[in-house]
Amino acid sequence: MKKKVAILLVFVLTISLILVGCTPKEANAPAPADDVIRIGVFQPITGANAAGGALEVEGAKLANELYPTVLGKRVELVVVDNKSDKVEAASAAARLVEKEKVVAIIGSWGSSLSMSAGDIVKNAKVPAVAASATNPLVTLGNDYYFRVCFLDPFQGTVMANYAFNKLGAKKVAIMQEVSNDYAVGLAKFFTDSFVQLTGDKDAIVAVSNYNTGDQDFSAQLQNIASKNPDVIFAPGNFTESALIIKQARQQGIQIPFIGGDTWETPEFIEIGGAEVEGAVFSTFFTSETPITAESEVFLREYRAKYGKEPAAVTALGYDAYLVILAAIEKAGSADPVKIRDEIAKTTDFEGAAGMITLDANGDAIKSAVIKVVKNGEFKYQDTIEPTK
Amino acid sequence: MKRRDIILTSASILLLLVFINFASGNLDAYKVRILNLCAIYTVLGLSMNLINGFTGLFSLGHAGFMAVGAYTTAILTMSQVTKQQNFFLAPILPPLDKLNVPFLFALLIGGLLSAFVAFLIGAPALRLKGDYLAIATLGFSEIIRIVFTNTQRITNGALGLKSIPNTTNLWWSYGAAVITIAIMALLINSSYGKAFKAIREDEIAAESMGINLFKHKVLSFVIGAFFAGVGGGLLGSLMGTIDPLMFRFSFTFSILLIIVLGGMGSMTGTVIAAFIISSATELLRFLDQSINLGFVVIPGVSGLRMVVFSALLMIVVLFFRNGLMGTNEFSWDKIINLFQRKPLIKRRLGQ
Amino acid sequence: MTFNLFLQHLTNGVSLGSLYALIAIGYTMVYGILRLINFAHGDIFMMAVYFSFFGVATFGMPWYVSFVVAIILTCFLGMLVERAAYKPLRESPKVNILVSAIGASFLLQNLAVVVFGGRPKAFPTVNLFQQVMTIGAVSLQRLTLIIPVASLTLLFGLLFLINNTKSGMAMRAVSKDHETARLMGVDVNRTITLTFGIGSALAAIGGIMWGMKFPQINPAMGIMPGLKCFIAAVIGGIGNITGAVLGGFILGVGEIMIVAMLPSLTGYRDAFAFILLIVILLFKPTGIMGEKISEKV
Repeated sequence: MKKKVAILLVFVLTISLILVGCTPKEANAPAPADDVIRIGVFQPITGANAAGGALEVEGAKLANELYPTVLGKRVELVVVDNKSDKVEAASAAARLVEKEKVVAIIGSWGSSLSMSAGDIVKNAKVPAVAASATNPLVTLGNDYYFRVCFLDPFQGTVMANYAFNKLGAKKVAIMQEVSNDYAVGLAKFFTDSFVQLTGDKDAIVAVSNYNTGDQDFSAQLQNIASKNPDVIFAPGNFTESALIIKQARQQGIQIPFIGGDTWETPEFIEIGGAEVEGAVFSTFFTSETPITAESEVFLREYRAKYGKEPAAVTALGYDAYLVILAAIEKAGSADPVKIRDEIAKTTDFEGAAGMITLDANGDAIKSAVIKVVKNGEFKYQDTIEPTK
Repeated sequence: MKRRDIILTSASILLLLVFINFASGNLDAYKVRILNLCAIYTVLGLSMNLINGFTGLFSLGHAGFMAVGAYTTAILTMSQVTKQQNFFLAPILPPLDKLNVPFLFALLIGGLLSAFVAFLIGAPALRLKGDYLAIATLGFSEIIRIVFTNTQRITNGALGLKSIPNTTNLWWSYGAAVITIAIMALLINSSYGKAFKAIREDEIAAESMGINLFKHKVLSFVIGAFFAGVGGGLLGSLMGTIDPLMFRFSFTFSILLIIVLGGMGSMTGTVIAAFIISSATELLRFLDQSINLGFVVIPGVSGLRMVVFSALLMIVVLFFRNGLMGTNEFSWDKIINLFQRKPLIKRRLGQ
Repeated sequence: MTFNLFLQHLTNGVSLGSLYALIAIGYTMVYGILRLINFAHGDIFMMAVYFSFFGVATFGMPWYVSFVVAIILTCFLGMLVERAAYKPLRESPKVNILVSAIGASFLLQNLAVVVFGGRPKAFPTVNLFQQVMTIGAVSLQRLTLIIPVASLTLLFGLLFLINNTKSGMAMRAVSKDHETARLMGVDVNRTITLTFGIGSALAAIGGIMWGMKFPQINPAMGIMPGLKCFIAAVIGGIGNITGAVLGGFILGVGEIMIVAMLPSLTGYRDAFAFILLIVILLFKPTGIMGEKISEKV
């Protein structure tokens, strides 16, 4: 008898949870876009990619504070967490377009998560703008996905050029996060470009793999070091990269390390400590020299609000919001299809991270910035223009 | 089966068909997606329940079988152009690029391949007992995932596959679910099923009664893996994109949660639990966001959902030892009895 | 491979192996007493690292105080997990307690995400340990030498405890047969709790050293080490403490050597541990130092 009561109780609890879960959303959701325009923000707020996602949300929220209205209506950001998980990402995106009825989406950090949402936004005809996803597959064949950053094929050539021209490297070793699509892609583009520059098909002397979450890289580093490369290219998430460089230095390996945009987070320096001095990487943005007038606004407001320097992906999240807002303005309506058409036409748009022009694929043609870690801070070193 | 039962079951299936027809046309894509997930998790839950619940083999390797099924179905249904687009880092191994079969065959081949992998794994692993079997199967699942991450030319490695044709719709997923339930029911009620349960209850006694332990364990394992492969294939097609990171131990954990919640020896329990968990995953999203009660706003804490699920598993295992349904199954008799009120005298006399 | 390179690899392997060994001891002790794989052990290890991190970062304690506090807290956490998740299920079928262990593991992980945040944090640096020294051609942190020494010291201390003290004898008795031990006057519950406490304390020490060696902490950091340490315990013979340490060293050195010798297979590094497990389970299931456990009908 008691057991039956208990089971009944669990059932009632579950059903009530479900009902409670249903009602507030319906009660809160305002009548579709009457005096509010809703933009979805679809990011990893928990899970492995929480750091990157949180930074992009910061940028979008700051932009929303500074530019809260368009077409006389208030703009509301709806943030959903995709938990750094693909299945969740698809559900989160579906929820945004179906339940929350957003007119556009900003997201996601992490190309594979953006790709999960690809078909959903395409079928629902709601445009999505990724801030920092650099895998070409995100926008390829999808008219509804755009990005305000450059692609990995370009980023790979930037670092290859840097290694060859600025560092005079003839032999490079690669240490890649083999379970991370971004790292694998970037490594391949770098390899192709570097081999072409040196004309030497054995210019890449060693390729070592590691998995996300690994913490011990001593064996791989020793292997690489024994082949005497001039430079080690180590694209991968900052979590592992910081440890890699640290362990290399602790084992007496002094070879310079270069990497990609995922290194630019405060944790990279926190975890890497003194050992990551001198690490060089390519990224989207620098806070030292404002690139455009909008950069100045962004930098001023961000510093006032948070009291620290912004990360590159924050500036990109900010830009994604601005691009969408400008498109809504130009379209003169909150119709997602019209907004999409206007986003596609974005040319020479002044964003905080540079001038944005979207090409036929929906990718931004932008310059890359090279930064180095000096005195425990990210310092600007150079700007590389895209080859037209 | 009694005639009344046959009529009732057919009526319910008819009702289901009508509902699917209505839902496909009228419900929004978000709800359809949740319904699809419910059906797919039902298939996955039943497949794991056969191995863990009915045969008592503590296998934690389910994610690996789902991965095999998902990748096989994906590669067999993607067009050549899509494959070229996807495999931009390293071209896909021929003849895989030209292979293309209709969805049904892709699912079946995926399931069969999973079953084959299970056979290879089962032969050595099933000689182990209890905890060792758990860790060994977990190890195999991880090995499968690591292999998929590194074989760039077959699975596209870490990049995963994108633009998998979205063939899964309510018809496919519920069709698969109904067929799975039917086959499972037939299996459980056959002599094989009784052998499985015997093995679960007491292996040594079962062996002394003449049941070939190894053969039956492998059979259960292989059949479970087949359905896991089919479920994986359906999931991949629903998502449109898969990558090795989807198939980590946390995926097996979700399915484990479903079968524990439903009752590890009950198919009905698994079905109910699959629906509850799939819907709850979405509906409980409000826990992650701020709750506006009008007079006070409770700020949302990200990740609270997963804490609730883990806590739920612990509560079920500690207090409701047998899950929702224990080892009871659904039967029309019980439903009808619920509605009929027997006179007090008959109850007193124990009828 | 040059001799110097080999030596460097070997040093790294021994260091990693001794970390695995410390954590493996916890697994093996719990298994010996309860015949249970404590899936939550890896997450208890993770919690220890976070405790010591917060001790230094939030409460500003000097590192030695923070470490001791963390070890004590982890000890209690381990005992709490035992009381809450395992004790009620002692009479239930094995499956239930295994599911409970998995549930406890995930609960700890997800609680860590909610309470500590999902973003990785930097473990505080302790210069005394982390200074880099050079011995001959091998370059290493002072820590790399301290870890094996600490592990072996703790091993001998533990063996002394098990073989020469009353509590140790109680542990051995309970691991042979609960009922008989109870009849002989042993407080079974207290012994089990003590075992969990010691195992967790060792995991905490291992965790703190792990945090110093690999200063990046995140809520999921305990999963892989947890699995690998269990495998190490199985390799050495589950239930046998010396075996666990041996298994830890074999796994640590083996992992590093595989990557060193076969650089093209670096992506399969984790798979090595699992393959080794399966091979051992197939050919010598009782492990290197294990005893045959006969099954009573």
